[in-house]
This record gives sequence, structure tokens and C-alpha cells, in this order.
Amino acid sequence: MTAEALTGLVFLPLLAACAVAALPGRLGGGFVLAGLAPLPLCLIVLTGAVVDTGTVSLAIAGFASPLGIEWFVDPLALILLWLNTVIALVVGLYAARDYPPHSARGGRFWALWLLLTSAMNALLLSADLFNLFVTLELVTVAAIGLLVIDGKPAALRAGMRYLVLALLGSLFYLLGVALIYGQAGTLDLYQAGERLGPELLPVTALVLMTVGLLVKSAVFPLHSWLPAAHGNAPGPVSAVLSAMVVKVSIYLIWRLWLWLAADWQPDWALPMLGLLGAGAILYGSVLAFLQVRLKMMVAYSTVAQLGYLMLLFPLFGPLGFTAATYHLLSHGLAKAAMFLAVSNILAVMGTDRLDRLGGADRRLPLDTLTLALAGVSILGLPPSGGFVSKWLMLQAAWAIEGWGWLIVILAGGLLAAAYLFRPLAVLCARPATARPADDVRAPSPAGLRWGGIVALMLALAALVAGLAPAPVLTLLEGGLPPGARP
Amino acid sequence: MSHAEVWVVAAAAVFGIGLYSLLIAAHLLRQLIAIKVMGSAIFLVLVVAAGPIDGALDGLPKALVLTGIVIAISAIAFALALLVRLAEVTGSTSLEDDADDDR
Repeated sequence: MTAEALTGLVFLPLLAACAVAALPGRLGGGFVLAGLAPLPLCLIVLTGAVVDTGTVSLAIAGFASPLGIEWFVDPLALILLWLNTVIALVVGLYAARDYPPHSARGGRFWALWLLLTSAMNALLLSADLFNLFVTLELVTVAAIGLLVIDGKPAALRAGMRYLVLALLGSLFYLLGVALIYGQAGTLDLYQAGERLGPELLPVTALVLMTVGLLVKSAVFPLHSWLPAAHGNAPGPVSAVLSAMVVKVSIYLIWRLWLWLAADWQPDWALPMLGLLGAGAILYGSVLAFLQVRLKMMVAYSTVAQLGYLMLLFPLFGPLGFTAATYHLLSHGLAKAAMFLAVSNILAVMGTDRLDRLGGADRRLPLDTLTLALAGVSILGLPPSGGFVSKWLMLQAAWAIEGWGWLIVILAGGLLAAAYLFRPLAVLCARPATARPADDVRAPSPAGLRWGGIVALMLALAALVAGLAPAPVLTLLEGGLPPGARP
Repeated sequence: MSHAEVWVVAAAAVFGIGLYSLLIAAHLLRQLIAIKVMGSAIFLVLVVAAGPIDGALDGLPKALVLTGIVIAISAIAFALALLVRLAEVTGSTSLEDDADDDR
């Protein structure tokens, strides 16, 4: 049963993607449904297995490594698989409005959407350094394809810049893989580490792979491509880019440092990775505050929030690990909700320039509410998923007496309050100054309500994550990285 | 210098040439070619890693290089298609004159 569930996670969306691409038209909706709807069932089966045994692994078609590809699931991978599936499904509900699966335009969109879902699931399942490279490339190509799907000049430029940098990042990663293989003679993420030590070549390889992944995940100061890309993509695409695509690269950095190099990570590097995170939090937040466009503000907020994921390195331990993972989860939900709400605002008002959105809440009450609720989680106010993760992270910083990190976490929260209250104040301003766009290409009222409800669901999920964090935290504590185990 | 060392030095030189061109090139086509050149250098490193270990030849890196070439070609093909579209829509083949706030 578990083997079928694991295979389904990758192959159902992949086959559906091929089907939608090959046979566009009336059947499109059916293919999309067949590719996405069974995924939660697969995950329920998988969750049962992980809860029972801790980890699940599978050698595909019975070929053991090195020639075969082995998949491996632990609680961290499982939680990201859940997030990816929920985002693909729920944001997909929103995307179905803008890109009807039976239309030609929709067919192209859904083929890429399903490919992206499949590639990210495959990445999360992989335990093989080279296979991870392959899935990373697939994720990048599918994500950029989605980003430029409407052919808008700004999106094309942003996509091109993203692609050049992402290809460069992949090369650095691949060079690191080549060096690791030359030293360890294996590509298995969990075996290679045991055969290596803190010598020059393995550390060089680790640094090369990390730099490549930092480019792909847009961690400060390599974030320059992100705001334009996430700020100019179609709404549902921005949501999945910010919620998942950049996170899977950070997930890989975690895997490299905390699993592969658990015994030989250079000590000097951990605070440096943390400093990148602190830089991201402060710089991203200040730039988010300075943006004139709402969507660019949300994009810069992603730059800032990614910084918290890098704080795992200086705050490493059971607390730090659960905190960072929970942050990944709750930020994914909240940020997806935010991008969808902003996308609705953009569709109705024809612009997302803040100076032309005064009083837009009358026209868009649901989306303003979503923006506020998602903001609660990004800020880290109780009761939200963001609060749980920030609280745990503060405890972790307190426990190691890392006062600098503590201040950065608190300052990040304050700055987030500043940049999130500004658009809310504008949206609710009286008297209203904004006028909806004349050339209304906006969705129908029913479509708007539909999109608003989908976005609200995600924002509420981010809040619920704060009310009932216990199951996820317990699961994570059963799958701590080697260095954090008691 | 041993056989392997010659190859590694060659790979480093090719990688350096690619990286240098990538940094100075403004035209996107040049940038993509530079990335391709860097990729070839990495394949060279992988093939060197495949050198005889304990007398036996390791076949896996060769399989990796083959897969890598396929991926590189697909990625570059996608990049070229994107570049053509970018040139059609914006009339520009570089990202120098970038304006993100054109809404």
C-alpha cells in the first residue's frame, strides 16, 4: 500500500500532465481532477506508515542504489508533501477560475501545474543527490513556464532573469555533487555523509551546493530575482512560487547541512548562514515597507520570511528545528492566501499601486479580510501558525542565550507589522479614493467570490495551524536531524 | 601531473572561461552559451570522477553525464524559447534596461 501511495504522489500528476498536454479540450478537467484529487489519499496512507515506523523508504522497481533510485520519507518530508499537496489543490481551485482546464490556454497552464506538483513531490521523496538535481531542474522549468504563461513583458523579463540565475545555481549544485561522488563513491544523501570528513574537498562541495541552492531559494543577498518574479507572476503562480518553490531549495540546504554533513559541518559556517537569514529579515522587511505596489510588497515580505528558515542553523536543536519547519508550513499557507487576495484586488481595481487603492475594501471586503488574517500569521500574533513558530524560535534563541538572534526575530515581527498595516490602512481609508478599472477584464462577481473564499480558506488554515499545532510538532519530534537527537 | 590532474585543470579552465563570459555578457544568448560551457566543465569533472577505482571502471558517472546532458539541452531549449518570446514581446535581448514597475 505504501509503495503505491509513494508512486502515486509522483506519477498521478505526471501522467495527468502528459494527458492534459497531449489531449487538450473537453477532458481537461477530468485529467486535472484525476491527477490531483487522489493525492491526499496517498498522503493519508503514507502518514499512517510514517507514524507507525518513523521513516518509509522504497527502491523504485526493486533496483537498489547506486543504479536504482531510492525514495525516502521522514516526518519533515511528509509535512512538506502535505503542504505541497494542499497548496496545489487549494490554489488550484482558484486557478481553475482564471485558467479553465478545457480551454487551450488552461490546458497549457494545467500541464505545467501538474508537472510542478509532480516534480516537487519527487524532490521531497528523493534521497539521491543527483536525482535531487534532476527534480530541481524540473521544478525550475515548470515554475518559470507558469510564471511567463500570460506572456506579459514584465513577467517575461522576470522569468528570464530567474532562469539564468537558476541555471547557474544548478551548475554550482551539480559541481558539488560531482565532488561528493568523487570522494564518497555514492550519491545517497544519507550514506555519503558517513564516508566523508571535514576535509577540504567535501567542505568545498558542501559550500558550492549551498551557494547554488541559496540562489535558487533567493536567500539574501542572492534574492535579487525574487521580487520581480513573484510580483509579476499570475496570482495563483505567485502563491505557489512563494509558498513552495523557493522553500524546497531551503529544505535541501537543511538536508545537506543537518543530514549529509551532520558529523562534519564546519563550525564557522553555521553563524554565517544565520547572518544571511538575519540580513534577509531586516533588508526584506524594510524594502517591503518601501514598495509602492501591493504585490511587490508581498514579494519582498517573502524575501524577509525566508530569512527565518535560515535562522535554523545558529538556533539548531530540537526546538529550532520544529520552529523553523512550523514556520515553513504556516508561512506557506499565509503567503499563498495573501497572493490570492492581492490577485483578486489587482483584477478588480486594474492596479495594485497603493496610492490608487484607497477605500478598496468596500468593493473587496472578503479579500481585505483575508489580507488581514494572513497578516496576523505572518506577523506572528496569536493565535496563528506564525505565532507558534516564532514563539518556539524565541525559546530556542533564549535557550542558547543568542540575544542577537532574539533581537532579530523580534525586530522582524515589528517590521512586518509596519509593512502589513500600511496596505490595510490604505485599503480601509475614508473617504475612498480608488475607482475600479474601466476596462473590466475582471472575473464575474461569482468568480470573485469564489476566489475570495479560496484565499480565505488558506488564511484560516494558517490561523488554525496556531490553535492545534500538537500533532505536527509531535510528528516532527519523532524525526529530528541526527545532530538534534537526544 | 597525473592523468586525472590534467583533466581537472582543464575543467577548471573551461569553468572559469564560462563564468567570466557569463559575468561580462549583456546579450542573453551569450549568457546562455556561457552557462552551457560551464556545464560542460562540470561533466568533465564527473567523467574524471569515473576514473578507474581499484582497477575497475565505474559506469555510474557516465550515466549521470548522459542524464545531465539531456537535462542541460532541455533547459537551454526552454531558455532559448523564452528568449525568442522575450525578444518578440519587448524587442530586447538583454536584461540591462530592466523596469519592474511598468504597471
